[in-house]
Amino acid sequence: MEEYQGVWVFIEQSEGEIAGVSLELLGAGRQLADKLEVPLAGVLLGEKVRELSTQVIGHGADIVYLIDDPVLKYYRTESYMKCVNNLALKYRPEIFLYGATPNGKDLASAVATDLSTGLTADTTMLDVDVEKRLLEASRPAFGGNIMATILCKKNRPQMATVRPKVMKALPFDGVRIGEVVEEMIELSEEDMRTKVLEIVKNVTKAASLADAHVIVCGGKGMGDLEGFELIHELADTIGASVGGTRDVIEAGWLPHELQIGQTGETVTPKIYFAIGLSGAIQHVVGMKNSELIIAINKDPNAPIFEAATYGIVGDAFEVVPKLIEQFKQIRVKQGGEVSYV
Amino acid sequence: MHIVVCVKQVPDTKIIKINPKTNTLDRRSAPAILNPYDAHAVQEAVRLKSILGRGKISVLSMGPPQATEVIKKCIEIGADEGYLISDRAFAGADTLATSYALSKALEKIASVDPIDLVICGKHAIDGDTGQVGPGIARRLDIPPVTNVIEVSEVNSNDRTIVIKRKLSNGYELVQANMPCLLTVEKEINKIEYSPLSNMLKAARYKSHIWSVSDLGEVNITQLGLKGSPTVVGKMFTPPKLEGGKMLDGTSDEQVSQLMEVLLEQKELLNVK
Repeated sequence: MEEYQGVWVFIEQSEGEIAGVSLELLGAGRQLADKLEVPLAGVLLGEKVRELSTQVIGHGADIVYLIDDPVLKYYRTESYMKCVNNLALKYRPEIFLYGATPNGKDLASAVATDLSTGLTADTTMLDVDVEKRLLEASRPAFGGNIMATILCKKNRPQMATVRPKVMKALPFDGVRIGEVVEEMIELSEEDMRTKVLEIVKNVTKAASLADAHVIVCGGKGMGDLEGFELIHELADTIGASVGGTRDVIEAGWLPHELQIGQTGETVTPKIYFAIGLSGAIQHVVGMKNSELIIAINKDPNAPIFEAATYGIVGDAFEVVPKLIEQFKQIRVKQGGEVSYV
Repeated sequence: MHIVVCVKQVPDTKIIKINPKTNTLDRRSAPAILNPYDAHAVQEAVRLKSILGRGKISVLSMGPPQATEVIKKCIEIGADEGYLISDRAFAGADTLATSYALSKALEKIASVDPIDLVICGKHAIDGDTGQVGPGIARRLDIPPVTNVIEVSEVNSNDRTIVIKRKLSNGYELVQANMPCLLTVEKEINKIEYSPLSNMLKAARYKSHIWSVSDLGEVNITQLGLKGSPTVVGKMFTPPKLEGGKMLDGTSDEQVSQLMEVLLEQKELLNVK
């Protein structure tokens, strides 16, 4: 196993733009690589993506493995997997991280199968046991009420997909020096069994949730669909986006794309209202990096108060209408709109 | 058209409890159900079959003998046949070993009746990994299309399928050659009420149950615990977050303190 060395990050890009999670993983990967005293590499695939190497190096990589080919214009499991497999077999990384995005998870699952190695899904904490050179990939388990650390002791590379917005990217360093290793791939369009016909961007509400500066999230404590209206009302009043916990989505009070948590969206708004939700681990991992968290819950022991910046123990149906009223009064006094930027 | 849907029996994670002393699942605390995403996968197969006007739907599961209960549920939704692979040798499988075992069973099913389409749920709610579907596709060497929110077209003549696939910031339209494998999101369809005839069929249905020895040539070192590269190192409750300031008093006092906090955030708040 000693011939496997180095930490790799798959650099996900779409139309020349690197996904945020890939830069976050370069930040996390840098720490792992430093602990293990090995280089950090980014794997960059696509068409006309050569110049993105500067960004990959500037955000912490020592090496960029680059394959630039028209057949890689769009992400497709088969073409990308073939490239990644070839690179991994040739250069043998010991750790290989991917963003837990639809494409990152798809690719990692296929690669793990072909390389016959272990893959941990949707990791939210990463560390290494330096002595044993073991990746410790932790994630919420069993519906998200507990964390499990997953190890891959005998197979290499040790692979994990990592949730977006839980790791921190390093600031761009324009003078960092790295090496670009360019490889070729023998793949022709005729060999491909799938074709991307069209990409439609930013049409789902989830995209707006991920970008929102203020989010009001409700839980099953809102009682029913009618009770949940209060969440919409507060959001409308302050110009926020609405999200819900898994229970809320399963009850059908909100569409799937507005779920916040481990199996939904991870969000990091500037202000996050958590109302009538207890704060199960699987929810908290999806919102705990928000800047200002305000929790309102009847139960003083609800775990959400541990994640909150400010907590109010109280009945949402009493507190929230008063909050809405306060904002409305400001609006009347100022003769204008209250809105968050 | 032969569609095979892979399904899993899972504990209902909404209800399940964890023993705080041992950090293990109290499986008795939760009823076993058909993984909700898999129900949508079966429903989609039923929808495609009815649109095409012909076809056969088989379901495949791996698990203990009582997992035949979820196969019955699939028959109720509209599946025609159900297969369960059940053997101690499969126990303790991670996603790599699971996709291997299921792919062996799929090969056996296909040897009698070739498969055009495999459908899986996006992930199972007890593991939340989403890794088994693409793994099966690799082992069968068919293209996987994950996170499907709509099957837009099925062209039986040129054997292609057009799919809407969810992305981080939108969706893409993908055309895939059949056979291929889809993993579906819940929004792909609504679970329909089953006709009475399906329920009657389900109640009487006897699943095909296969052990390892029924699967033909199988490398047993790739099965179960032995074939699983990942292990659980430890279970823990995450480090407690510090928690913030509690705003006390009557609800009026709480709200006025909160307003103070919110209005303090000058850079966030824009009072026009």
